[in-house]
Amino acid sequence: MGRIVLDKLGKRFGVVEALRDLNLEIADAELIALLGPSGCGKTTTLLMLAGIYKPTSGQILFDGVAVNDLPPQDRHIGMVFQSYALYPHMTVFDNIAFPLRLLRRPVDEIQRRVLEAAALVQIEALMDRRPSQLSGGQQQRTALARALVKQPTLLLLDEPLSNLDAKLRVLMRAEIKHLQRRLGITTILVTHDQVEAMTMADRIAVLRDGLLQQVGTPDDLYYRPANTFVAGFIGSPPMNFIPAQVETTDGQVAFAAEGMRLPAAEWTAPHLAGHRGGPVLVGVRPEDIRLSLVPGESAVQGRILDVEPLGRELVVAVTVGRQVVVAIADHGFAGKPDQPIGMSVPPERIYVFDPTTESAIV
Amino acid sequence: MTERMEQVTIPAGQLRRWRTPQEVAALAQRARRREVLTQTMIYALLTLISLPIVVPYLWLVAAAFSERVSYGIIPSGFTLNNWRFLWVANLGFVSGTAGRLPNIWQVVANSLVLAVGTAAIVVVVSTLAGYFISRHGFSRRAGFLKGALALQAFPGITLLVALFILLRSLNLLNSMLGVILVIAALHLPFALFVMKGFFDGIPWDIEMSALIDGASRLRAWYTVLLPQARNGIAAVAMFSFLWGWTDYIYVLTFVLRRSSWTMALYLNSVIGEYRFADYGLMAAVGVFYMIPSLLFFLFTQRQLLQITLGGTKA
Repeated sequence: MGRIVLDKLGKRFGVVEALRDLNLEIADAELIALLGPSGCGKTTTLLMLAGIYKPTSGQILFDGVAVNDLPPQDRHIGMVFQSYALYPHMTVFDNIAFPLRLLRRPVDEIQRRVLEAAALVQIEALMDRRPSQLSGGQQQRTALARALVKQPTLLLLDEPLSNLDAKLRVLMRAEIKHLQRRLGITTILVTHDQVEAMTMADRIAVLRDGLLQQVGTPDDLYYRPANTFVAGFIGSPPMNFIPAQVETTDGQVAFAAEGMRLPAAEWTAPHLAGHRGGPVLVGVRPEDIRLSLVPGESAVQGRILDVEPLGRELVVAVTVGRQVVVAIADHGFAGKPDQPIGMSVPPERIYVFDPTTESAIV
Repeated sequence: MTERMEQVTIPAGQLRRWRTPQEVAALAQRARRREVLTQTMIYALLTLISLPIVVPYLWLVAAAFSERVSYGIIPSGFTLNNWRFLWVANLGFVSGTAGRLPNIWQVVANSLVLAVGTAAIVVVVSTLAGYFISRHGFSRRAGFLKGALALQAFPGITLLVALFILLRSLNLLNSMLGVILVIAALHLPFALFVMKGFFDGIPWDIEMSALIDGASRLRAWYTVLLPQARNGIAAVAMFSFLWGWTDYIYVLTFVLRRSSWTMALYLNSVIGEYRFADYGLMAAVGVFYMIPSLLFFLFTQRQLLQITLGGTKA
């Protein structure tokens, strides 16, 4: 069993508050990602879970029992570090066997379990090598085997993929996810890479400056971001934010900004009632923008600033007045810089945020 | 030369063209020749600078195996007679005022006790303290480090009288332990900095990983951190061994018994107490005295090169 509860967890380093009042429940066998930019408190949280740091406030509960004062060696945790932290003077076998030797398991059991763990990550052929003789991917697998060998109740992954090249990263992403599901180990993944979090995690907790912004499934975060930070952090290229006014003409609500007027979806009208005539921040995802090279056909007219081909799709930057809006076009897109272009956005794909609180209105 | 220059001259308004294969080959050969010349000059210069250091050693070794040394530099006639101090228990011709030289093997044993004892204390203390200073922030750490450096900067000899009084009151005069403690203490700051540097170079992640894998702090220290600091430990061990082995002044001051003599004192008496200096004997004792140092540097150059006082390894 591995049900984790973080109850008003906080950590201070001197005057710096690294984490404030984090409440989070993690179900057994769940893979949850802590996502945020560097310095947001995600690694601090992980090291508190591991027992390396002691919380300054709040509680960490493993299956309902507070473990704040439990030293790391008694927490039954496996952890993969960003640097892998393999012991350079030990062979792959000895690295993986290390946790079992500390538990004083019999020699034949150690032998068997180390080979089992190695088989899980397919490094059986490398057992006599030293970490310096391994590639990045092999080191990563060794670190994973070492973390899994004692069958931990909680697996902590600290940016486990960030030192791998792009191709290997995609492969290991799938492998770790598959392994986690198969073994059913509660897993906490720390990452600053939203793609990693979105693709691997059952749920994602977004942190910023030590404060939890939102917890939810990848879909929740993508389709229902709680604030501009989450909205801007999830998705690539990031969401466009356009300062606008809420206007009502003939009962029709629309968002007006310099050079553009975007009609709001009908069902949003009641939510926008309090903001009528006032400023809001309109959020539009690049992938929701439809581009048209036929002038006059679309709601918003702009001019192409730049086109970045990415193979399957193109990223198109468009200037509308003084605003630059980023959109994604299909690979057949033929627009060139300086060409006039029309843009439209389906009303139901428009996000609206309060410019002062930054929270979502719709 | 001028011909080639003319060839590569670019008419105005034309794009610069790449050189022909012949020109490239000529340029490459010139570069090679220049490199060989530079290397030769560097070696010649280094050899010249090293001569004043190398020549006395060569003389020492030559004289140790020669019957006589003509004009002070040219050895002639091979002999092992100069090495008789190794097997003649009492060298017969010791002058009356100095008494007899102690048995060389007793002297070697004393020197080894001093050197190994110093090394043991310095290694144990600097390894533990270096780890602590590297890993634990404590108040006044900077002050402590500065103090340690200042201690290293003082010539130990200025402390001789104070140390003499201290050792006498501790009843450690005339004992090898007293000398060991003094030498170890005076050299600890250096060893401490070396070990701190090595521990600084070991990432925190590895230590945390060991703790999470189930090790206690102490266990993590000796199973995971110490093996990675072994070059540092080796270097500190060698240096402190040699500090003990080569010490002269502290043994001379604090040990009054002839039976506790070390190699340095023995050599000194060979040099100083004969009416006519026996250069052959002196050279042989000198060579014998150098053996451990030579062995150490021969086998441990790699470890010595890893020493660092800052943080990045050389």
